[in-house]
Amino acid sequence: MAVVKLQRPKLNFGEKVYFGALIKGFFLTMTHAVKSLRGRSMGAKSLESSGLGVTMQFPEQRWDSHFPDYYRGAPALVTDEQGRERCVSCQLCEFICPPKAIRIKPGEIPSDDPWAKVEKRPAEFDIDMIRCIYCGMCEEVCPEQAIFLRKDYLITGLKRADMVHDKKKLYEIGGVRTGLVNKWNELK
Amino acid sequence: MSDTTSATAELTLPKDLAAAKGMVNVQIDGVWHQFPRGTRMIEACRQTGTIVPHYCYHPKLSAPGNCRMCLVQMGMPPRPAPGQEPQRDEQGYEPIGWMPRPVIACANTVSENMGIRTQGELVEKCREGVMEFLLINHPLDCPICDQAGECRLQEQSVEHGRGVSRFVDMKVKKPKNVDIGPRIRLDDERCIMCSRCIRFMDEVAGDPVLGFTQRGTHTTLTVHPGRLLDSNYSLNTADICPVGALTSNDFRFQMRVWFLKETPTIDVNCGTGTNITVWTRGNRIHRITPRQNDEVNSCWMPDSHRLNFHYIDGESRITEPMKKEGGQHVVISWKEAFESAAAAIKAHPADQIAIIASGRMTNEELFLTRTLAAEIGTQRLSLVPRFAEPDALLIAADRNPNSTGAKLVLGLDDPFAALDGIREDVRSGRIKVLIALGEDLLSDAGFESSDLAGLDCLIQSHLLANPTAQAAHLVLPTAAFAEKRGSMVNLSGRLQRLNRAVEPPGQVRDDWEVLRDLILALSGERNEAHLIEDIFKAMASAIAPLADLSLSKIGHQGVPLLETGHQIPLLANERAAKAAGRING
Repeated sequence: MAVVKLQRPKLNFGEKVYFGALIKGFFLTMTHAVKSLRGRSMGAKSLESSGLGVTMQFPEQRWDSHFPDYYRGAPALVTDEQGRERCVSCQLCEFICPPKAIRIKPGEIPSDDPWAKVEKRPAEFDIDMIRCIYCGMCEEVCPEQAIFLRKDYLITGLKRADMVHDKKKLYEIGGVRTGLVNKWNELK
Repeated sequence: MSDTTSATAELTLPKDLAAAKGMVNVQIDGVWHQFPRGTRMIEACRQTGTIVPHYCYHPKLSAPGNCRMCLVQMGMPPRPAPGQEPQRDEQGYEPIGWMPRPVIACANTVSENMGIRTQGELVEKCREGVMEFLLINHPLDCPICDQAGECRLQEQSVEHGRGVSRFVDMKVKKPKNVDIGPRIRLDDERCIMCSRCIRFMDEVAGDPVLGFTQRGTHTTLTVHPGRLLDSNYSLNTADICPVGALTSNDFRFQMRVWFLKETPTIDVNCGTGTNITVWTRGNRIHRITPRQNDEVNSCWMPDSHRLNFHYIDGESRITEPMKKEGGQHVVISWKEAFESAAAAIKAHPADQIAIIASGRMTNEELFLTRTLAAEIGTQRLSLVPRFAEPDALLIAADRNPNSTGAKLVLGLDDPFAALDGIREDVRSGRIKVLIALGEDLLSDAGFESSDLAGLDCLIQSHLLANPTAQAAHLVLPTAAFAEKRGSMVNLSGRLQRLNRAVEPPGQVRDDWEVLRDLILALSGERNEAHLIEDIFKAMASAIAPLADLSLSKIGHQGVPLLETGHQIPLLANERAAKAAGRING
């Protein structure tokens, strides 16, 4: 690896005595203070701020509508428009998960099920939301487009057990997702 | 003068030097090597460290050459015109005339002055083409396929495939999830027609029930009408299947292989001592597969032995030492257990005490049993015989894995001889204290529950709750074969090593530690043996054939220790096939 030697910037006398920078900063802070007193601080409208400026009254007020598309909230499992569980419990997300938050117990789809040809689905699927770091690698690694990071971020609970999302809860959060590749149709 | 020079030159030609040893010179990827005459090209490449990708070839099976994956470029020296001397370079090799078409490496043998190229444009184009053909009808099942992670098709499509399919037509539909036998599931769409399973069932298992029907892209692997793939060796077909066409019902959807840790150890279901790999995740065994050892089990193992591991984390496992108080077993500490055992033993004269040990114990445990008997001062020591019908391949008649070791360690010609006498004396009340180590007396040793009722103290060490443990005054939980280390000697006299794959549950202790602590409780001495290696060392100094050995010296392939004359039938078949040139390995 190439070593790049950086030259420290040469400071003149004024910069060496940092008093000037201190005063500069003070004026900047005061400018913002005056702006917010007059209700003209940046984003005041979009935050629907109350009181003196930029404070958002969480949780009554939410920032949710401003989330970008790539926002990574709680991971959840989805079903498709045919009502099929997309997850086939390949356990790649369990493997890739950096904090080991995911635990899957694979199960076999019984032969009388309409989707019996898929053969496999999770019997249990637990994500420990205390461990989850919202990195999104599970979504990235999933070969079946079955797990997505949703915009839910308020994951709370009174016990550790409340913080483990089981399969039912995960499908509840995930809901139905349309427009995915359907590789398990007749033609395959 | 010139005559002498040329004569010397003739003698030092590489081809003559090699021929004198029965070898031939072969150039592989530009480097000259010598191989025995008759070596397959693929084996020659393997010996030089170059693995030629392949599907249908297996060193223990005949080579039909039908997958075409092992195509390499081959060359021979050009034939000289009549009267013309062949050209030679300064080392004495003739120039190689490379053939414009590839050959398969698995079914062709090497010959003098041959050249093999396992790299290069021609070979790589061939591999890419073969991979594309194989993937045309292969389903995208990897997320649900149990083979994923150890699939040759996956590995080689990463290495030699194109990444994107050019195939736009409909894939051929074939039967999926076919029930072809009690332990095996077939998925015909995944099959790449390598025919390894067909050849295994025919050549090794001797039960040719598999075959291909249809032709071309519709070729389908099927079981013979009216028959099932129910041989006791059927699961080996799942091992050698390079794709997920044949998978094990027992392991089906249990765990992805990339989570599993492999521990090399040995099987304890019969005297053959099959070498196995135990696959675990966390503290749970998920499957057992055979491990290659050409002196014991080749590459195979019987299904009955392979699947006999579910009891290890089953319901009936004993996890705490227990003592019977008022007809009920109560959990006690190990310290109390050893104290009450020692008290019961000391309260009786030595001639009222007998020990029944097990042929399933390791050499170290048997050595400590011998020490225990000496400490007590009793001569009444026997093993429980366990004989059943052998099969003609790997399962031996003696189902005790360590009878040979017991003979050696205990110094007895027939370690089972004293059992009838002990049983008689227990029945008549002459024996008052019985120590049953790892044996269920009621189910396996011919004891009646009325016999055991007359005992003052029955000490049972076992891993499972069984009728004898129910009757025992003192129950000591011990470890299963996958939870302990130690050595065993198989019927052909090979010393092999058990390795620990999982930790024992609860308060369970290794058998050798239980025996050691029992001996120490009796003698009142300080403990000197902290590791099983210490026991082996003590054993090696007491038993001549084990001198100079240690557990680590045994290694994963074992060492030949005794000459017993026992022949493993499967190995005899294999050697015959090798001598006849049908197989390579």
